[in-house]
Amino acid sequence: MVMEIFNLRKLLVPVLIAGLCAVFYVNYTGWELLAPVSVGGINMDHMMQVDHFSMAFSALSIFLTAMIILMGSDFYRNEQHHLSDYLSIIVFILCGTLVLFSFNNLAMLFLGIEIVSISLYIMAGSKRFDLRSNEAGFKYFLMGAFASGFLLFGIALVYGSTGSFELAKISTYVEDGNLSPLFYAGCLLIIIALLFKVAAVPFHFWSPDVYEGSPALVTALMSTLVKVSLFAAFYRLLENGFFGAYAFTTPILMWVTAATLILGNLTALFQENFKRMLAYSGISHAGYMLMGVMSMPAQSESALFFYASAYAIASIGVFAVAIPVFLAQRNEGVNAFNGLGKRNPLLAALLTICMLSVAGIPPFAGFLAKYYIFSQAFQSEMFGITLLAVITSIIAVYYYFRVIVAMYTKEPNDTEVKPAPVYWIVLWICVALSIVLGIFPDSLMQLLS
Amino acid sequence: MITLSLLFFPLLAAVLVLLAGNKYASRVALGLALVEAALTCYVFSLYKSAGSDAFYFYREWISDPKISFHLAIDGLSLLMIALTNVLLPLIILSAFNRDIKNKKGYFSLMLFMQFALVGVFMAMDGLLYYIFWELALIPIYFIALRWGGQNRVSVTLKFFIYTLAGSLLMLFGFIALYWYSPAHSFDIRDLYNNTICSCKQGWLFWLFFLAFAIKIPIVPFHTWQADTYRESPTQGTMLLAGIMLKMGTYSLIRWLLPVLPHGVAEWGPWAIAFSVIGIVYASVIAIMQRDLKRLFAFSSLAHVGLISAGIFAMNIQGLQGSVVQMLAHGVNVVGLFLCADIILNRTKTLQIEQLGGIRNQAPQFNTLFMIIVLGSVALPLTNGFIGEFLLLYGVYEYNTWLSVFAGLTIILGAVYMLRMFQKTMLGKNSDQTGIFEDLYWNEKIVLGVIAVIIVVMGIYPQPVFDLAQPALENILNKALIH
Repeated sequence: MVMEIFNLRKLLVPVLIAGLCAVFYVNYTGWELLAPVSVGGINMDHMMQVDHFSMAFSALSIFLTAMIILMGSDFYRNEQHHLSDYLSIIVFILCGTLVLFSFNNLAMLFLGIEIVSISLYIMAGSKRFDLRSNEAGFKYFLMGAFASGFLLFGIALVYGSTGSFELAKISTYVEDGNLSPLFYAGCLLIIIALLFKVAAVPFHFWSPDVYEGSPALVTALMSTLVKVSLFAAFYRLLENGFFGAYAFTTPILMWVTAATLILGNLTALFQENFKRMLAYSGISHAGYMLMGVMSMPAQSESALFFYASAYAIASIGVFAVAIPVFLAQRNEGVNAFNGLGKRNPLLAALLTICMLSVAGIPPFAGFLAKYYIFSQAFQSEMFGITLLAVITSIIAVYYYFRVIVAMYTKEPNDTEVKPAPVYWIVLWICVALSIVLGIFPDSLMQLLS
Repeated sequence: MITLSLLFFPLLAAVLVLLAGNKYASRVALGLALVEAALTCYVFSLYKSAGSDAFYFYREWISDPKISFHLAIDGLSLLMIALTNVLLPLIILSAFNRDIKNKKGYFSLMLFMQFALVGVFMAMDGLLYYIFWELALIPIYFIALRWGGQNRVSVTLKFFIYTLAGSLLMLFGFIALYWYSPAHSFDIRDLYNNTICSCKQGWLFWLFFLAFAIKIPIVPFHTWQADTYRESPTQGTMLLAGIMLKMGTYSLIRWLLPVLPHGVAEWGPWAIAFSVIGIVYASVIAIMQRDLKRLFAFSSLAHVGLISAGIFAMNIQGLQGSVVQMLAHGVNVVGLFLCADIILNRTKTLQIEQLGGIRNQAPQFNTLFMIIVLGSVALPLTNGFIGEFLLLYGVYEYNTWLSVFAGLTIILGAVYMLRMFQKTMLGKNSDQTGIFEDLYWNEKIVLGVIAVIIVVMGIYPQPVFDLAQPALENILNKALIH
């Protein structure tokens, strides 16, 4: 806004990126000052708690937002008069996710979720003259408002039974035992609301339509930043709040995870639209991350963090290629990638690396991420789920490889794909990180252990 | 240091070939592969003087869960690495004088695969080994996808997913081993000394065995093989049949027998049964094949069935036989597929009925092809004979009747191989074989080297036995339950 007033629109993106880097740096320097997760950290009036968990995830969020804003500078090149609006909403989403990482109070949880959701409703419908974008925005708004209603109801019930909004006090109440049925109902409703937001089966029905209809950059935002933040919030809620009710929450989550893994992977096999396929693949990744959340007693936060990072970074890389391809071909199906191997071999090779990382093939970061999740799940004695996850990983390879096969074996379309430099920058950063994290994962894994 | 250079040089070579451009790619690739082969000879002499301690390399890699970068070379690994590094220059040389698009990508992928294969044979940490195992799958998939035949898309995807399914089951098995063993590590020394109860070893055996059975392949997990061999480009098939499947049999010896002795004792008879059934089944089907490459693919299936039967016979003769036959089969099958490629290149067909009388036009090709066929048929004085004899002896010690069935492979092998040779090389010329240029210089060198290896190994195999003996005895000690 300020930039617009002073007619400095060209400086908008660089200033924003510089600001994000500054925030990242502040986050980074604060690391040593804070005690590790288990002891607690700065406790702001029992509303927010900044500890290593929240700082690590915050760093990831800031990085992802920077990548998306970089891509946004080209994506919105035809809509310069609204650029500051879009970018400010994206920064609002970042603020929402930061709240989600460090909440210590159910009210803050609700606040964080609402900030993120409402901003996303706007962004999903941001292509005002595209019917599908309007449909996506409207659908997301209706379903999301419902989910937020459930969340509020659940929070109210939990408050009614425990007498407090604070996670610490709730946790004490839960550990005392003697949980009233009000609490169980409230807990269940909160979990359902969160599962809605992350698009886990059977609450996933909004996801494919919204992903397909939204502008591609917003799809990138939704599938990476928002998913990561919601899972971190979920983990935080279960660990700091409902830990004692583990016996209650686990069976529910087990069934949801199994259904999510199966349905997400199987349905993705049949999709022709690339964004829709990515939506279903995102649903299946939600399944894997749910496994990480469920292994909570085994201190699986480092596994969850690594999986979130590997998946988000590789997905951004995929979008960094997909967005210019869609813009050039005016087509969002898998067949938009036909023949990319011949026309632009470097781009095709980099996309292949990102897809292989998302599919979980060594030596990329995605493989180690899947391995950590499987290992933690196995340690928590969830053998059936681990075996199911292994089998569905095999199925997933098929639809990821459809893109690779299209790139290298089909005949190319007539139009050239020449991505703007920002896409190349984002792509190279993501590919480099996927490879480096695959070879030296300790840098991230040690952060949270 | 030497271990690291042996491992990472092919990776560096792959990058250099990419930079060399299409014009010089083949020559640069050949040169670098020869450097790696020379490095292997140096490693050989170092091993003779210093033993395996000279090659030990251990570095902590990931702390939680504990995965280390642990490399080591003992006699068994050294033989497998030697097979890889000697075959690669031959495979690259066989691609000269052929019309191949995008040469730099082709040779670069081959060298990258060499890197992954050497890594599999050297890795002594479970998860490091797994990463190399999976890594080897990527380049061969792309080689088959970009340079393969007409139906390659669905065939290669089937191959990739089938093999990946086995690998992921193996990953599950490794994770289980990690958590069940008291030491909580992937290092091979800890895995060898694990004390997992026999109740769990049963299903753990199946997880690993399925992965290896798909890779080797063992009937009934073989359905990906014939089509993939047919549709891959020649060099891809050579890599697959010559070296990659040896990954499976090597892993049986290195990672299955000593780690899960109770599981092997309980389910080993099934494994041998599958292998022996596979031998007879594959041989019979090979007799009926009309396509040359498919015939060689099924013949390869029969031979590796015998190798895995010999491994599960659990005696030193069986293991020695499997090692020798792994080397012999690797060399022979590369030779066979090169001969098929030569025929395809000159006559544009691989259908046996359409060939005949090539001997009249190409006497040199005829001689060398004959030697390779005889090696495959296991005529005495060829390497195939040494391998098959020891394997049959090993299976005989296990069970007489099984060895009789397995012995059918020699008879049936003679049937289809000699019949194929008679139909393609002898007799009258057909329309397609009227004009058949004799061997080019690169083909002469490759086939000549292979023929020499076949005869030399057939007459004097003792060095192979000496090299492999200590490692195999070590493994057998751990594998047999006392």
